[in-house]
Amino acid sequence: MAEIRSPIPGTFYRRPSPDAAPYKEVGDSVAVDDVIGLVEVMKSFIEVKADAAGTLKAFKVENEEPIMAGAVIAELDD
Amino acid sequence: MAIRRLFVANRGEIAVRVVRAAQALGIETVQAYSEADADMLAVRLADKAVCVGPPQAAKSYLNGAALIAAAKDAGCDAVHPGYGFLSENAAFANAVEEAGLIFVGPSGKTIARMGDKAAAREAAKEAGVPVVPGSDGLVADEEAAVEAARTVGYPVMVKAAAGGGGRGIRIAADEDELRRIAPQARAEAQAAFGDGSLYLERVVSQPRHIEVQILGDGRDAIHCFERECSLQRRRQKVWEEAPAACLDPAMREKICTSAADLARSVAYRGAGTVEFLFDEAAGEFFFIEMNTRIQVEHPVTEMVTGIDLVAEMLKIAGGEKLSFSQDDVTLSGHAIEVRINAEDPAMQFMPSPGVVEKLVLPTSDAVRFDTMLYEGYAIPPFYDSLLGKLIVHAPTRDAAIDAMAAALETLTIVGPKTTIALHKALARDDSVRAGAFHTQFLEPWLEAAPLAAE
Repeated sequence: MAEIRSPIPGTFYRRPSPDAAPYKEVGDSVAVDDVIGLVEVMKSFIEVKADAAGTLKAFKVENEEPIMAGAVIAELDD
Repeated sequence: MAIRRLFVANRGEIAVRVVRAAQALGIETVQAYSEADADMLAVRLADKAVCVGPPQAAKSYLNGAALIAAAKDAGCDAVHPGYGFLSENAAFANAVEEAGLIFVGPSGKTIARMGDKAAAREAAKEAGVPVVPGSDGLVADEEAAVEAARTVGYPVMVKAAAGGGGRGIRIAADEDELRRIAPQARAEAQAAFGDGSLYLERVVSQPRHIEVQILGDGRDAIHCFERECSLQRRRQKVWEEAPAACLDPAMREKICTSAADLARSVAYRGAGTVEFLFDEAAGEFFFIEMNTRIQVEHPVTEMVTGIDLVAEMLKIAGGEKLSFSQDDVTLSGHAIEVRINAEDPAMQFMPSPGVVEKLVLPTSDAVRFDTMLYEGYAIPPFYDSLLGKLIVHAPTRDAAIDAMAAALETLTIVGPKTTIALHKALARDDSVRAGAFHTQFLEPWLEAAPLAAE
């Protein structure tokens, strides 16, 4: 099982904008470099990309929830 | 009614600034803070502090109802909104007053009027303040466009009335080009927006950003001279100074007087800023907008006039008249402010929150550092990256640049990456020294000579 961690502290978003669909849902397949969310840090938005491939098993952070750098955002099944 | 207890509905360096100004006037302070800001400096300095919500600004500093409820519960009689957040929100200003509290700023009606670009342009025209020349409303056809452009002056920007976000804009340098692009612009606007209506506006190329600080008590208004804020990155000001090096005394008088005229004509109450584009080559200035709040760069004005603008805001909000007249406001020397941000200039200005491990400040009567930093403070990632403002004051502009360079050598912030290196490079740049820059200067300059972080 692979984990996707936040590169920076900030606020996590699952959607590119409030009225857009989420980047990924649980059960979706994820390729390396796929964007799974955004982290807002000091009014800048940084893309969070998968560094492994797999199936999205679970999000460990809610949409719009504050996170720390290195915190696990999502888990992937191989 | 003088203010007795003030609720500070903001954070960061401006909250510190407001708390200190209020305390100096003998006003008690109650500081609002989010769950992420319990350790911030303004919380430590204020007489009392109240948590108003979670880290996200939308749920704390932008939650008007929560702020007003907290202010009432704490027995406050006034609310200072700082800058950003709800400072220019007419509905919030109205709600504060409806709750029986004083809003430290203009009325909701004034905020709404000056916040509407078309209404503000009309107010400026009525006060006799020049606005960017344009066609009187829409132009019907190509001939009408050519006719209008003769009065407006080239180069002109042809804009689709129904456009937005930069779409439907074309620029013509002369009549031939206008005749060529007008039909295309019309067809494009028709296709994109279902409406081919066009209007014209003069293009001000390489303008300088000049803004005039005003103070009003709802009856009279005065100016506290101008600031130049032409050095900007992504429309964010990075280096601000007063007075503007590009204005001669006659032009300074014209711009500053017109700003005070506008403030008086709208019965302005509080501190505000009237922003202009200045076409240096043509010697013309044009109103662009008015900010109905205290601004980040207000200290440069304080340094050259000796006026405490935040204290004046509080006194006016408490019902006092302006305590001085226009003749009492005089310019002394030159001041420069730079914004120290938690950003890495070597990595496209990537934000860099973190713990301040060490802080060394320049100490001199000619230097002021407005900040919320202290050693051990963990800068939260949820808000903007402004850490503080370094301001210097000297008899001349040259001496002020030298003083800035020296102050930047001393200022040390260990922990987060900061923009100190950017300002050191600006302070030693020949064009900056010569005062030869405009609003489109900084970004190409940065691309030409990449910086390292500090």
